[in-house]
Amino acid sequence: MSTAKTLYDKIWDAHIAHQDQDGTCLLYIDRHLVHEVTSPQAFEGLRMAGRTVRAPHKTIAVPDHNVPTTLDRVKGIDNLESRIQVEALDKNAKDFGVHYYPVSDVRQGIVHIVGPEQGWTLPGMTVVCGDSHTATHGAFGALAHGIGTSEVEHVLATQTLIQKKSLNMKVEITGSLKPGVTAKDITLSVIGKTGTAGGTGYVIEYCGDAIKELSMEGRMTICNMAIEGGARAGLIAPDEKTFAYCEGRPHAPKGEEWKQALKYWQTLFSDEDAHFDKVITIKGEDIAPVVTWGTSPEDVLPINSKVPAPNDFEGGKVEAVKRSLKYMGLNPGMSLEDVTIDTVFIGSCTNGRIEDLRAAAEILKGKKIKEGLRGMVVPGSGLVRAQAEEEGLADIFKEAGFEWRLAGCSMCLAMNPDQLQPGERCAATSNRNFEGRQGRGGRTHLMSPQMAAAAAVTGKLTDVRDLL
Amino acid sequence: MEKFNKLTGIAAPMPLVNIDTDMIIPKQFLKTIKRSGLGANLFDEMRFDKDGNEIPDFVLNKKAYKNAEIIVAGENFGCGSSREHAPWALLDFGIKCVISISYADIFYNNCFKNGILPIVLKPEEVDLLMEDSKNGENARISIDLERQIVQSSEGIEFSFEIDEFKKHCLLNGLDDIGLTMEKVSIIDEFEENYQKKMPWV
Repeated sequence: MSTAKTLYDKIWDAHIAHQDQDGTCLLYIDRHLVHEVTSPQAFEGLRMAGRTVRAPHKTIAVPDHNVPTTLDRVKGIDNLESRIQVEALDKNAKDFGVHYYPVSDVRQGIVHIVGPEQGWTLPGMTVVCGDSHTATHGAFGALAHGIGTSEVEHVLATQTLIQKKSLNMKVEITGSLKPGVTAKDITLSVIGKTGTAGGTGYVIEYCGDAIKELSMEGRMTICNMAIEGGARAGLIAPDEKTFAYCEGRPHAPKGEEWKQALKYWQTLFSDEDAHFDKVITIKGEDIAPVVTWGTSPEDVLPINSKVPAPNDFEGGKVEAVKRSLKYMGLNPGMSLEDVTIDTVFIGSCTNGRIEDLRAAAEILKGKKIKEGLRGMVVPGSGLVRAQAEEEGLADIFKEAGFEWRLAGCSMCLAMNPDQLQPGERCAATSNRNFEGRQGRGGRTHLMSPQMAAAAAVTGKLTDVRDLL
Repeated sequence: MEKFNKLTGIAAPMPLVNIDTDMIIPKQFLKTIKRSGLGANLFDEMRFDKDGNEIPDFVLNKKAYKNAEIIVAGENFGCGSSREHAPWALLDFGIKCVISISYADIFYNNCFKNGILPIVLKPEEVDLLMEDSKNGENARISIDLERQIVQSSEGIEFSFEIDEFKKHCLLNGLDDIGLTMEKVSIIDEFEENYQKKMPWV
């Protein structure tokens, strides 16, 4: 039998604390990220059972989903329920002694942006969080996935998870990307090809030259949406870019420990003969800037396409497409580039990092957003915001007519007041275009920050290549 | 957690594919710090209009399905977020079992933590039960977890696969944390060796 292992196999094997005969494993967890929405019931469970947090030094909490992003948020949260949730996290973090970045801390932000930024996320680790976009951390060659609240409580109490191993899938993006094409276009195009259930039962390793060429920010965008393809996690093998990103971060190892860690991290790649249960290959050159037209992330097409018809699909998808075209207010055959928009949202754990803001600002420099259109930029963390201000990006956004907000999840899921109105159409850099996701009746088109910026300028879904 | 063994109940047909967690329980209801009470808002935006009135066409608003305990759903049920509020809302409404061709991974796991049985059947089997469930109160579907059997109202039986450990926990209503706590010395030992090898973690 071959002893060749995939990257996933290697990380998995290193974390098995116990394995039952039927293959059920107790997997050791290195980092547990916690936010205010999926944790209160878990902490309450601990209290009721008289349990403690086993490894508070490996547990990091930050409020992000509910927090207002307006500049006056220091005065507190108006919505009572949101305020209770954030206050519950304040209290739980203090009572159980976990690392905490409160709303008032400049390092506060979206949990999946804060983790890597502070050096909590490192190669080879297991990282979990009660949030499906935990997949983001896979960009570091860390096995990272979302868990439910019962599992949050399980990890708090035991620092382990009961897990069975997934299958291995390889998604290779060969060659290089053409101008105007980004990590977001790769990850959406992959989901367009596999469907939202295509990755179910798998952990995906993304590889190939086009992936290697991406920055860490781009790689995080790719892995972030592995969950939208149904996969448990997405992974990218760590390399010099990964190590350079991690070095010097507040919670990254230093001195001798850094050298020791680096030596280990350099072994984290899939062996040449390693077995993958499923392989998908896409040529980087074939990927175009894309947008979504429906209410599932698999409803994705190159920007210069036409809205499809229900009968272009098969099975249960026919009815689903009928429903989503009605919801989206689109007719089959119309050009995507003729779709006018009302709002542009730039932010989220998918595209709220400094590089995303630079890319959008590059398009917006010296331009104004279309009259009557609402534009909102929500940096992924307080530190991203500060850096963008230092680089002059904030001025570009403000001069173009965008609102320049404080950090949080914001209109990606609209749990705070940042919401779409019924029928309002949004060009969004976030990750889900589900019905009601950005507000009841709101219509979401997912795309890259560049494409969202281009849409802001013209007021329609726009091929960013026309503005380059 | 409640034990799950046998169930005979009304099944609501929801043939739509990719029913996501935002449909099951929209985010405005995630602000609770409790697990209970979410059933009132299950499928909220499909069930109620913006003024809070029931939308008569929606399956769970129809008289025949008000007491449904099973949902027969299109494939990839529960895709989207990790919110356990989705199974909490289903359970609070009274749904104890979902039958579909496939589920999103996290939702599937979350069901077992709450005593809900998500059953995977072949497409043609789900189609047959979908038709059966359209008969509402007149068609009760039966589930026997011990034997791993689903039975249509006309007595047609389908067997389903389930992970042995998950089955054991459901049948006995076992709490995962309690089980893992029994292995605390194993975790201690692993952690000690692991920290020696990887002191930076």
